[in-house]
Amino acid sequence: MAEENALLKEFTEKEYEYGWSIDIEADQLPKGLNEDIVRAISAKKNEPEWLTEWRLKAFRYWLTMEEPTWAHVKYPKIDFQDIIYYSAPKKKPEIGSLDEVDEELLATFEKLGISLEEQKRLLNVAGSNVAVDAVFDSVSVKTTFQETLREKGIIFCSFSEAVQNHPELVKKYLGSVVPYTDNYYATLNSAVFSDGSFCYIPKGVRCPMELSTYFRINAMNTGQFERTLVIADEDSYVSYLEGCTAPQRDENQLHAAVVELVALKGSEIKYSTVQNWFPGDKNGKGGIYNFVTKRGICAGDYAKISWTQVETGSAITWKYPSCILKGDNTIGEFYSVAVTNNYQQADTGTKMLHLGKNTKSTVISKGISAGKSNNSYRGLVRIGKNATNARNFSQCDSLLLSDTCGAHTFPYIECGNKTAKVEHEATTSKVGEDQIFYCNQRGLDTEQAIGLIVNGYCKEVLNKLPMEFAVEAQKLLSVSLEGSVG
Amino acid sequence: MSLLSIKNLKARVEEKDILKGFNLEVNPGEVHAIMGPNGSGKSTLASVLAGNENYEVTDGEVTFDGKDLLDMDPEVRAREGLFLAFQYPVEIPGVSNVNFMKSAVAEVRKHRGLEPLEAKDFLKFMKEKQQLVELSGNLAGRSVNEGFSGGEKKRNEIFQMAMLEPKLAILDETDSGLDIDALRIVANGVNKLKSKDNAFVVITHYQRLLDYIVPDFVHVLYNGRIVRSGTKELALELEEKGYDWIKDEVAAEA
Repeated sequence: MAEENALLKEFTEKEYEYGWSIDIEADQLPKGLNEDIVRAISAKKNEPEWLTEWRLKAFRYWLTMEEPTWAHVKYPKIDFQDIIYYSAPKKKPEIGSLDEVDEELLATFEKLGISLEEQKRLLNVAGSNVAVDAVFDSVSVKTTFQETLREKGIIFCSFSEAVQNHPELVKKYLGSVVPYTDNYYATLNSAVFSDGSFCYIPKGVRCPMELSTYFRINAMNTGQFERTLVIADEDSYVSYLEGCTAPQRDENQLHAAVVELVALKGSEIKYSTVQNWFPGDKNGKGGIYNFVTKRGICAGDYAKISWTQVETGSAITWKYPSCILKGDNTIGEFYSVAVTNNYQQADTGTKMLHLGKNTKSTVISKGISAGKSNNSYRGLVRIGKNATNARNFSQCDSLLLSDTCGAHTFPYIECGNKTAKVEHEATTSKVGEDQIFYCNQRGLDTEQAIGLIVNGYCKEVLNKLPMEFAVEAQKLLSVSLEGSVG
Repeated sequence: MSLLSIKNLKARVEEKDILKGFNLEVNPGEVHAIMGPNGSGKSTLASVLAGNENYEVTDGEVTFDGKDLLDMDPEVRAREGLFLAFQYPVEIPGVSNVNFMKSAVAEVRKHRGLEPLEAKDFLKFMKEKQQLVELSGNLAGRSVNEGFSGGEKKRNEIFQMAMLEPKLAILDETDSGLDIDALRIVANGVNKLKSKDNAFVVITHYQRLLDYIVPDFVHVLYNGRIVRSGTKELALELEEKGYDWIKDEVAAEA
């Protein structure tokens, strides 16, 4: 036990590996938020009038809102006037070959361990299929594999480009799943979002590769407000992955993103996240506030949306990827691993809103808490009165690695139809000393043992990740827990 | 030089003295059986040798292959070639046997200055060893001990032993809970792994296992000490007369 404690203490002292920042000349707007800033962002991006107006409506609405306090997290009040709402690398590389990308930027991605080079190499050599859009601070810098995608009629580009080149799609779907009035942070995002990714899969097309976005906050005092919109037209399929890191800074940084997914009749969207924002140091100083709104709608019959997330970073995570199961026979899934260590706080879960008949949802949530962290699952399953034969299965497991951490579960169930079946299971366990000793006796040190046990515990969720990222996620788990990784 | 040398070993758990001056010498190529009534300290001995932290060593010394065993972390003891077949093998949900053994074998090989086996060679090696204890083909993909029957768990221990090729294997009541077929499979496995270079310490309550794994020496552990040593005939005598006569003799001597 003494050794275990020492090791767990070591976990707590684990430093963030992605905590570097680099000097890339940035084009920034001044700190603070007012209508002029909102207009300036819109102007920088050369946006059409309707979008500027939409932002302003959101901003005015935001002024009337209160910051929510219901989440099981604690943090000092955010000064929204102390944030830079727009920061872009000055040298903006053109879309094209990798050679055209700023070298320092490429070096950044190499440090991230997921270099564009490597992605490209993987594509050629191993037949692995990953297209990447990288959002650096506020602006999307690079989208690879445009041509391969274009042949299929797939649109995968930065949000700004989509606004310029496909305004009709953006206008039709922007805010259709997460309206600008939705919640405090989503509304703020609607006013000031700077970029993000846009994806459209045409009817009947199966996207031949994983689409991937990498987010990174680099500049100081910058908020990142990206907006992602994925539309899967009838009978199409897409698998989408986002990854995130941020430099290590003493002050907290805000990340308030919005992700909207629209799945039309018979289509499927698989959305995976590996989130590793800077969690703050071992004393709880610094770190990212990750206040994100993610929601998908299965708009047509037989559509399916599945969210898979591995959350190891951020000082505070506050997010509930949700599914609106509007069409009949639609399916929503949520698979989550959330790791908290040191002073991290996570309040995360999902909402499954069953509106259509024969709708089905599955929720598998695995929380792992270490150090002095707090890890909460908050979920809502709502069965509407017309959702005949709706079914839900939820399983929420918590694994504790220390005596000083907390795990909480807040499941809400609202059932408006008698034919519905809703099941909820929950467990809480500690990593067993006997398990660790058993591994030790087979030659594995305690760190390896915990890595192995934790990975085994999360297997159901990790199995849902695309192959390329499952390995990365396993590594990340090891790293965030093992003082070296797991 | 003996492979394992235990001198005056004293150990306690939860403030209670269990081993009270235990001595044993084991040479390569030997099989030692340790028998004794319940509560005599058999399992404590296994736990202490494997390095379980819940047991506190208060006196004595143990050398293993010339090195101070008590000074090593449990994983180092394992890598040095000490294997414990657990009386109650532990379940590790979600961790496949193949993954578990790959990590374990790699660590042991690293310790011996060897590269990890290529995936193909590893799987072949694993198949071979599986057959030794007649574990079915889908073992690799199943989680470690999860959903295994009692017999399967014990066979899995012997399988792991075969994979790790230890110098010294301690079998802690491996026969408990086994039916006669499983017992024979386990014993066959052990007999096939026996060589002039390795040694076994077989801890058991019953003589039954020793029909299959024939010991060179039999020791009777009682009240934390070895009170009788002999050959396999001693085991037969115990089977016949029970442990009470030993207790009486020990009491008379004291």
